Amino acid sequence: MSDPLIIADRQLDSRLILGTGGFANHQILAQACREAETELCTVALRRLDPAARGSILDVLEDAGVAVLPNTAGCFTARDAVTTAQLAREAFATDWIKLEVIGDDRTLLPDAVELVTAAEELVDDGFIVLPYTTDDPVLARRLEDIGCAAVMPLGSPIGSGMGICNPYNLSIIIERAGVPVILDAGVGTASDAALAMELGCDAVLCASAISRAHDPVAMARAVRLGVQAGRLARGAGRIPRRRYAQASTPQEGLPALDAPGIAS
Amino acid sequence: MNVTINGEPRAVQDGATVESVIEMLDVAPGARGVAVALDGVVVTRSRWALTQLREGSLVEVVAAIQGG
Repeated sequence: MSDPLIIADRQLDSRLILGTGGFANHQILAQACREAETELCTVALRRLDPAARGSILDVLEDAGVAVLPNTAGCFTARDAVTTAQLAREAFATDWIKLEVIGDDRTLLPDAVELVTAAEELVDDGFIVLPYTTDDPVLARRLEDIGCAAVMPLGSPIGSGMGICNPYNLSIIIERAGVPVILDAGVGTASDAALAMELGCDAVLCASAISRAHDPVAMARAVRLGVQAGRLARGAGRIPRRRYAQASTPQEGLPALDAPGIAS
Repeated sequence: MNVTINGEPRAVQDGATVESVIEMLDVAPGARGVAVALDGVVVTRSRWALTQLREGSLVEVVAAIQGG
């Protein structure tokens, strides 16, 4: 059954975006791409290393995956905007996963710099997918600016802590008019499933896959988690109750106490 | 003249262009996933051959890596 994800002008049949950071080599990355059945992978820019062998772009092209450049490592709006412009030049795409980090220990977004950068990049014609906190007000601001999606964290990048505040994430989802993509915090497949059950449109996953003991198996697991969560969201979960509700009817229960015998 | 390329001080000939820096770094012409900033401003590929460095120019040549 077709259930495409639409971001800006692009239609994706996969709801799992794969981050490419942390894979031990290109071969494992290529296998993980296949098992994840992803159509979109992040890439970063760093100073050219003349000794580098093979290009990640060749790997992703062979896997039939489109490139989503990021601005990882930028601490200011100015650096993020320039990095996005370099990425547009390097990858011939207007799409940018905007990251503006405020702290190198938590890697949490700097909200002020993020909004400034997002405004500049949207004005410059970029399709902006901002990595943001799970603050519903900030998510709304980013959408109002014209971002094509919002990418709230579940917990800090690489922490594997899952979704620390499902209530905030739910509020973002309820109010968003653009796709909501869980970015950061996934530790295993059930975290991805929960994100989708809460109503996220997609999940971005990097470390949980690339740093797993068996990255290729985890790529498959997370893909199935995303699919299961999406199905469950559509199916509609039962409400939570404090007390039990019997699934077997009480009506017609036979009387089995023998008369006159005290129990 | 003296310039800085990817953080390293380098001596280049007067009139050196962004394109000559790219050649100096052994990057294949038309290599994908490469971009250049000169003094913090992106130089589009079509202008590499036309854009000259100045004394003290800061050149950043970046390429795709795994990340995110």
